[in-house]
Amino acid sequence: MSATLEKGINAFKEVIDAPIASFFSSCVRCGMCAEACLFYTETGEAKYTPIHKLEPLRRVWQQEYTLLGGLGKLLGLTRPVTDAELAEWEPLVYDSCTLCGRCSMICPVGNDITYMIRKMREGMAASGHAPQDMVAATTRAITIGSPMGVKWPAVQAQIKHVQADTGIEVPVEREGADYLVLMSSMEIINFPEYLSALSRIFKQAGISWTLAQDAFEATNSGIQIGASDLAGEIVGRIVVAAERLKVKCVISPECGHAYTALRWEGPNLMGRPFGFEVKHILEVLDELHKAGKLKTKGKDQRPLTYHDPCQIARRGGVVEQPRRLLSEVAADFREMSDAGVMNWCCGGGGGVSANSRADSLRLQAFKVKKSQIEATGVQTLITACANCRIVLEEGLEHNHMKVEVIGLTELLAEYLVEDNSTPVPSPAGGRGLG
Amino acid sequence: MSHLDLLTFARGSALNWALVLFAAGVVLRLFEILGLGRRPDLAKPRPDSPGSGWRTIVMRSVPKADTLKRDAVTYVSGYTFHIGLLVSIFFFAPHIEFFRSQSGFGWPGLPSALVDALAVIAMVALGVSLAHRITSPVKRMLSDISDYVAWAMTLLPLLTGYLAYHHLLLEYTMMLALHLFSIELLLVLLPFTKLFHAFSLFISRWYNGDISARKGVAS
Repeated sequence: MSATLEKGINAFKEVIDAPIASFFSSCVRCGMCAEACLFYTETGEAKYTPIHKLEPLRRVWQQEYTLLGGLGKLLGLTRPVTDAELAEWEPLVYDSCTLCGRCSMICPVGNDITYMIRKMREGMAASGHAPQDMVAATTRAITIGSPMGVKWPAVQAQIKHVQADTGIEVPVEREGADYLVLMSSMEIINFPEYLSALSRIFKQAGISWTLAQDAFEATNSGIQIGASDLAGEIVGRIVVAAERLKVKCVISPECGHAYTALRWEGPNLMGRPFGFEVKHILEVLDELHKAGKLKTKGKDQRPLTYHDPCQIARRGGVVEQPRRLLSEVAADFREMSDAGVMNWCCGGGGGVSANSRADSLRLQAFKVKKSQIEATGVQTLITACANCRIVLEEGLEHNHMKVEVIGLTELLAEYLVEDNSTPVPSPAGGRGLG
Repeated sequence: MSHLDLLTFARGSALNWALVLFAAGVVLRLFEILGLGRRPDLAKPRPDSPGSGWRTIVMRSVPKADTLKRDAVTYVSGYTFHIGLLVSIFFFAPHIEFFRSQSGFGWPGLPSALVDALAVIAMVALGVSLAHRITSPVKRMLSDISDYVAWAMTLLPLLTGYLAYHHLLLEYTMMLALHLFSIELLLVLLPFTKLFHAFSLFISRWYNGDISARKGVAS
């Protein structure tokens, strides 16, 4: 047994808990989970059946945590999990699973298969069987601070542009602000309109917010690759900044897994509850709207639909907020089939879009999203995750579909009623970047 | 050993041993699962969640429209089999009498003709399930020998019960003894096969529902 395989098996043993033991005990091998998985439905290949992706973990559970399996192991009747087997399983665990959670909603016996895949990735990464691209992204996140290699000067440059375009000061390192705003690399590089929209909305709402120089990046490739120690280190940067700046709330950006990493996994990765709240930007915008602080005028006349990012809706509980917000600015909003918690994934979540080996499979899996969009007849697609957005744009382009993808925050800002007399709060100790 | 002796043994010490092993097996398996525990979730749950573990225990029995459409065979055969099996076990008058004689508790049964029909339907559904398991690439890939053993172990009590009730194939006393032995085999092996889902699915559904409910989703 090589050292890395041993580490992997030990990680498998460590992650197996009562829920996993009950899930494996309950599986009747009905295969229904396949029907919930876009990688199976769009390819028809049996190997993409979600529960099958867990086979090595299941065997470790059986051999280590059941009496009969233990006896079998003792008598040499069971097959140990090998390095070659984990290598064979790597594409199943990473390339063909976006951790979207749809199978977990379908399984008749109630198995949370996604919960298990997330845990299994800990052993896959520990045994050296994580995709090269994801390893590289995680390395960049740890050493540089961002999986795409974005550094603070790039953010500074964007801040300058936003300030020049909007005439609004973007607060940085402002101690005592109510909100700490995070972004994803994707927003910094590809969608600068997010920060611009946010600045305008927050100015109108009159709320105090700040960016942090050492914690601007919300994404966390550690939870995607399955390295909790690294995921904890990445989350830790945000926690330290939030505590240093004494903010009341950290706003997770339009990014799915960043929300999961910070809101749901964060306190567990850090081993303590947070002294501040974590909210997705859509939750914050919905609260501002309810409080009458987010005023819009006019409605977009284009027929449009909304793509629920899995980690925000199904795995995050933010479902009604985008619909309430859209009802304010969209004259012809059309729901997709299976919208909300049963929505189909874009195909690029859970690190799949960061893994170039999975590109062709991802585009094949996109067929389900394509048909969902086509059925609505729209040419404008709204979403709230920068990663979904880039994956959707690629899929649409690949299929020669003329559909524009827009972030919801950006759409709201287009219809914002701007009152230039609203003062921007400026708590003591803060400084802007100008 | 006469047929009557065999039946006496099947009803007596064989049954007692099977029940003891069944109870011990269930306790062991529950301990194997729950003994692993889980770490407390330090993330603050949503206070206004529509979901809960208990809700998922109940609601997971309701199929989702999309998947029902995609794999109607599994849903329909699964439902039909389970209903037929449960009615046969718990609402067949002689079974209720047997439970009353063993435990002192009883309840009203259903007409034997109805139970008989449901038992036949359950066996047909089992046949369909087996055919589907063999022909569906997904199910065939997932299956190993234990799935087919579990299938046979489930069919045998239904089949022997049906044959005994209709006095078919073998002499009644002998068939009744075989019926009891098949149930005893099922009882002893149930905790150690996938048939343990009869117990563990409540735990699985509860965990699934609880994990989602904390995030504000009814699963």
